[in-house]
Amino acid sequence: MRPSTGRILTSVLATALAAAPLAAQVRLNGAGATFPNIIYQNWMLTYNQQFDNVELNYQSIGSGGGIRQFSDNTVDFGATDAPMTDSAVAAIKGNAHHIPTVLGAVVPTYNLPGSRGAIRFTPALLADIFLGRLTRWDDPRLAAANPGVALPSLDVLVVHRSDGSGTSFVWTDYLSKVSPEWARKVGRGTSVNWPTGLGGRGNEGVAATVRQTPGAIGYVELGYAEQTGMPAGQVQNRAGTYVTPNVQTVTAAAAGAMTAMQPSTDFRVSITDPPGADAYPVASFTWLLVRRQYPDAAKARELVKFIWWALTEGQAQAPKLGYAPLPKTMLPWIQATLATVTAAGHPVWTGPKPR
Amino acid sequence: MTPPDITVPPASGGASVPQAEARLASLLTTNRGDRVYRVLLTGLALALPLLLVTILLELYTSARPSLARFGWAFLWTSVWDPVAEIYGAAPMIFGTLVSSLLALLIAVPLALGVAIFLTEFAPRPLRRPVAFVIELLAAVPSVVYGFWGLFVLIPFLRQVVVPPLKAVLGWTPFIEGVFYGNSMLAGGIILAIMIVPYIAAVSREVLLAVPSAQREAAVGLGATRWEAVWTAVLPYGRAGVFGAIMLGLGRALGETMAVTMVIGNRHDISLSVLQPGYTMAAALANEFSEATTDLYLSALFEVGLILFVLTVVVNALARLLVWRVARGAAIGSRAL
Repeated sequence: MRPSTGRILTSVLATALAAAPLAAQVRLNGAGATFPNIIYQNWMLTYNQQFDNVELNYQSIGSGGGIRQFSDNTVDFGATDAPMTDSAVAAIKGNAHHIPTVLGAVVPTYNLPGSRGAIRFTPALLADIFLGRLTRWDDPRLAAANPGVALPSLDVLVVHRSDGSGTSFVWTDYLSKVSPEWARKVGRGTSVNWPTGLGGRGNEGVAATVRQTPGAIGYVELGYAEQTGMPAGQVQNRAGTYVTPNVQTVTAAAAGAMTAMQPSTDFRVSITDPPGADAYPVASFTWLLVRRQYPDAAKARELVKFIWWALTEGQAQAPKLGYAPLPKTMLPWIQATLATVTAAGHPVWTGPKPR
Repeated sequence: MTPPDITVPPASGGASVPQAEARLASLLTTNRGDRVYRVLLTGLALALPLLLVTILLELYTSARPSLARFGWAFLWTSVWDPVAEIYGAAPMIFGTLVSSLLALLIAVPLALGVAIFLTEFAPRPLRRPVAFVIELLAAVPSVVYGFWGLFVLIPFLRQVVVPPLKAVLGWTPFIEGVFYGNSMLAGGIILAIMIVPYIAAVSREVLLAVPSAQREAAVGLGATRWEAVWTAVLPYGRAGVFGAIMLGLGRALGETMAVTMVIGNRHDISLSVLQPGYTMAAALANEFSEATTDLYLSALFEVGLILFVLTVVVNALARLLVWRVARGAAIGSRAL
């Protein structure tokens, strides 16, 4: 006998109901920066395996888009590589916390046929190269910073990002700090009016042009350089040491920058050119944007819980994905900030008591 | 609008043409099914122009802050500085026009050659497969063209094409300066390759539609096959061929991904095709996602508005030209 349609429907319904989790589902939507996308997706996947009552969604549409959607209230949290400007924060009545999640770094990469080992750059040299004033690789000033390295007699070709990006922001932010002339003429931003050079789209666009052009110099994310084996230059930090960029020296940069911060800081700070002997100077936080007050308590509680998990347990995933973890000493500060997030006037913090 | 093209067979019961048309018209208005059908089709036909107007309005309203701030100077100033919030689109307008022009210069002879070869000279068994392969080129995603340009075309240009080009034409302002690879030339060539299949496929259809009487007459008068093509076939299909070229141009003006990967993305105006440039579509794709301030976003919308208007103006001019050169005599002029 054929089972009746009604029977089939009933059994299908029963299976569907059994499969649905009993706990109330909380949906959290976020959007923003592309740079931390890989680790955010990873975190959400791992977190979901432990806590299946939350559905986390992150779309990497770019920092600008993230800030816009966060400000327009279309997402529950945003993400950005470049902190919101004071006027942008004021436009949403200050209802935003910047929560640092991991650290990224930007490294100079170059194509010098025949050169071995990392080329060393002083801040002044980098600024002059990107201002278009240092145009030859056999310039005596480059030779002075690289004793014993045979630098080829090639023209310097600067390659920068053509798309707006947090990578450019960090790079130009660093150059603005170390070169007053750069700060005056160009400034910092996700895209700027480059004095010289070619634009490549994305890390891969910059890398491809650098790789194909002898004498080219560009900048890419640390993780990208590590994965693709691009040469990464050493940059002289404030203490005067030439530092190789890697996960440890980037975390050291954040630790160095903390010495100049207050525990009550709003984290919307640049950490390029920090103090610290082993700090790599072109580093930056990437932030999650979280509201100070949420209308929905369940959402706020789950979001804060997830972020705290990412900042504690989640940090272990960072190095193997090419991101530098936050310095541990920073956690109490962030914890204090997260504990102030409220919904309907009540704090939603459920983690350990902030000291 | 042209009146509906209704041909009535002359031997249909001896009714005269005006009578038959009147009968048809009354049928169209009396039958309910026809009326519904007519309203439905009218609605669909109006939807597209309406969409176009909506896009234009949206672009205009979003571009207003920028329009108010920079006025007409936006069109001829060259500084694009998101930090200082000063925007001028001249290099992008220039780059869009020059890269498309360059693409047409390369693509039109190539595509017409292919179309003429396939309709007039190719051995019959070769025609369909070759035409198919060329049309297949149109199906390749543009990002693939971009990567191909970056990794194959640019090294090839640098090693093989540019050195002799500079040796011969290096004295002109068009082939000046150091060649780094990413350049207007690379952008133009990539665009050319991308629009060849469009122009070739449509031109081929047009040439196929030219009646063989045209060829036979020319050959009968003692023309060679080559002369027959140039004096009888191409002029007959000129409007259609022109339409094909316009289709290619439209695509070249709006192409984004492949161009931005090879053109160098520099806000500069240079006569030399060896220097990097920028196009409006490429700038939009590059900068839209990270445009953080309102004025920045608005300036990008204005670039979009200019691109929109430019495309409409170029197409309108082209159509005018077609109407002038081919007063309804040639194949395809109706369609234009």
